Amino acid sequence: MSTSTLIPTVAVEEDFRTRAHEALGDKQLRNNFRSAMDSLMAKRAASFSDAFEREHLRALGNAIRARALSKLPDLLEQLEQILTRNGVTVHWAETVDEANGIVLSIIRAHEARQVIKGKSMVSEEMEMNHVLAEQGVECLESDMGEFIVQLDHEKPSHIIMPAIHKNAGQVASLFHDKLGVEYTKDVDQLIQIGRKVLRQKFFEADIGVSGVNFAVAETGTLLLVENEGNGRMSTTVPPVHIAVTGIEKVVENLRDVVPLLSLLTRSALGQPITTYVNMISGPRKAHELDGPQEVHLVLLDNGRSQAFADSELRQTLNCIRCGACMNHCPVYTRIGGHAYGEVYPGPIGKIITPHMVGLAKVPDHPSASSLCGACGEVCPVKIPIPALLRRLREENVKAPDSPHQVMRGQGSKYSRKERFIWNAWAKLNSSPTLYRLFGFFATRLRALTPNNIGPWTQNHSAPKPAARSLHDMAREHLAKQGDR
Amino acid sequence: MSAKQNILAKLRNSLTGTTPVPDNFDEALVTVPYTYTPEQRIPQLRKLMEAVHTEIHLTSEQSWPELLAQLLRDRQLPSLLIAPTTPHGKRVTQHWANNPDLPTLKAYDRPVEEWKAELFNDTPASLTTTLGAIAATGSLIIWPTREEPRLMSLVPPVHFALLKASEIRDNFYQVQQEYEWAQGMPTNALLVSGPSKTADIEQVLAYGAHGPKDLVVLILEDQ
Repeated sequence: MSTSTLIPTVAVEEDFRTRAHEALGDKQLRNNFRSAMDSLMAKRAASFSDAFEREHLRALGNAIRARALSKLPDLLEQLEQILTRNGVTVHWAETVDEANGIVLSIIRAHEARQVIKGKSMVSEEMEMNHVLAEQGVECLESDMGEFIVQLDHEKPSHIIMPAIHKNAGQVASLFHDKLGVEYTKDVDQLIQIGRKVLRQKFFEADIGVSGVNFAVAETGTLLLVENEGNGRMSTTVPPVHIAVTGIEKVVENLRDVVPLLSLLTRSALGQPITTYVNMISGPRKAHELDGPQEVHLVLLDNGRSQAFADSELRQTLNCIRCGACMNHCPVYTRIGGHAYGEVYPGPIGKIITPHMVGLAKVPDHPSASSLCGACGEVCPVKIPIPALLRRLREENVKAPDSPHQVMRGQGSKYSRKERFIWNAWAKLNSSPTLYRLFGFFATRLRALTPNNIGPWTQNHSAPKPAARSLHDMAREHLAKQGDR
Repeated sequence: MSAKQNILAKLRNSLTGTTPVPDNFDEALVTVPYTYTPEQRIPQLRKLMEAVHTEIHLTSEQSWPELLAQLLRDRQLPSLLIAPTTPHGKRVTQHWANNPDLPTLKAYDRPVEEWKAELFNDTPASLTTTLGAIAATGSLIIWPTREEPRLMSLVPPVHFALLKASEIRDNFYQVQQEYEWAQGMPTNALLVSGPSKTADIEQVLAYGAHGPKDLVVLILEDQ
């Protein structure tokens, strides 16, 4: 790969419904997701074999996140103060444009040409690779999965396993075509090819970028978990390290990370811990021989303060990005991550994305759920995802003149006709006289009900009222009993 | 107003009239199920670390340099990166002095910028000590120092780690409390629980992704 070529991402076409429909017809994609999700679910279940421990740990995880959010502004200031004392420069960004501006200004100050990136979903929010490439700066992913999707001009389809939509054969062809290596489906060999290419990039990079799993206010520590070592490489080898993270990632005390870490790695991969837990509290000190000379932390809002403003929606920010909700989601498993068309797919994506891009841009997200409840049941920090989906459905159809402005793009699915029908339905079911009248006509005129009623009849047979209503039959039954 | 002021003002405004959630941290949840007897600690650590392809050898304070030399010969490693000024570095130097024909010893004694290419391309193995280990998760605790910098346990493809059996602790919570981590953290602290690995292609586990391909732990028993 040439160094500073612009690597465009394949444009996401059409709307959510069209993409979902296409994904459903893609047998390979469905096989890849089904087998991966089944395995991830089994691993998680095995690592939480004691239900008592699991449930109490989830409650503790929830309490830790709720406590952190209940003091969020103070903790952010504390974090900044201690990090600054440790020699880390803290930046604040309200929007992704501001965040990219900060990263670019650091890059320019160092006249950097090559950036190597550990895994970071916030940098995906920022579309950092694209923004830097436009400025002639190469920004290369170093997580094996991220490297694969970047090489194929794609975006991650899962927040933990970015290339889970591909099988080994597809990766083999990709490496053969793009890296000019001999075709091999052997996973060990494929990983060694990636290792070789990326080692050189770690060696050359001017700047390393990473995300943050937990930012500890008490000690000013940025904690990163990973299995590959690319996170350690990205944060240790280049002379400058830039960490980007959302403002919600802060926790109060160092001890808080003990249960959160356990919940995270077990929920995500069924592992008791990741291979590396990397705790960074400052840049290289004068007497030290390696580590970055400069460490920067960029704290990004990007709609999080909007979710924060509503005490129910605030729970969205409990998320520790384990991906368990998507692993257990029947919708995600069938359509895969790309169909969502946004950075965060699956159940968590459906409740966080509307705050980032506005509900009007993703109007179908809250309704792309059967509300089966699996996501809420497995969430390690007990985010009531199904309840939040229902809440977003309400916000989605809020009348435009509603005095309650909760979120950007609310009311984008509001329809006067639909509102009228539901009002009429409510009236009908709350007035006995009207209900009886309706029952009388519905049973007598049953032959007139239409056979085609929109989306319902695409997958179901049309509902026909029975010849007699249950009320009617019950009345007759009781009358007969009275005769005896 | 700056971005910082705007963000903090929005957050503070949203919290108006609320009280902070009380701290009800119940440490029993992260300690009671993860407490071991002294006899259980090594087997527990071993079980978890070997499950992720860590090579573990039980040895003693007396004989580990000999074992190390043997392991290097077995793997035909041409050189070993050590920290010569540390007590264990001195032990290695001493043993090497008495035994000719052992792999070359290298020292990480200058800033990485001065020998980055050699570190990346011509340093096949390293030896570091550990601060201890955590039995509950099968993790080594590593605090890089000037003598044993961060990259020493990361870049060489084979990492040998010395662990004193007496420094194996039960769980992460205990380690934080005992060493008073909250009072001050080093620039970089690490938990290392095996050689580098990935399952990013079709969930097939492969070792040696970006960090060491082999992690070899020498547990020193007679403390």
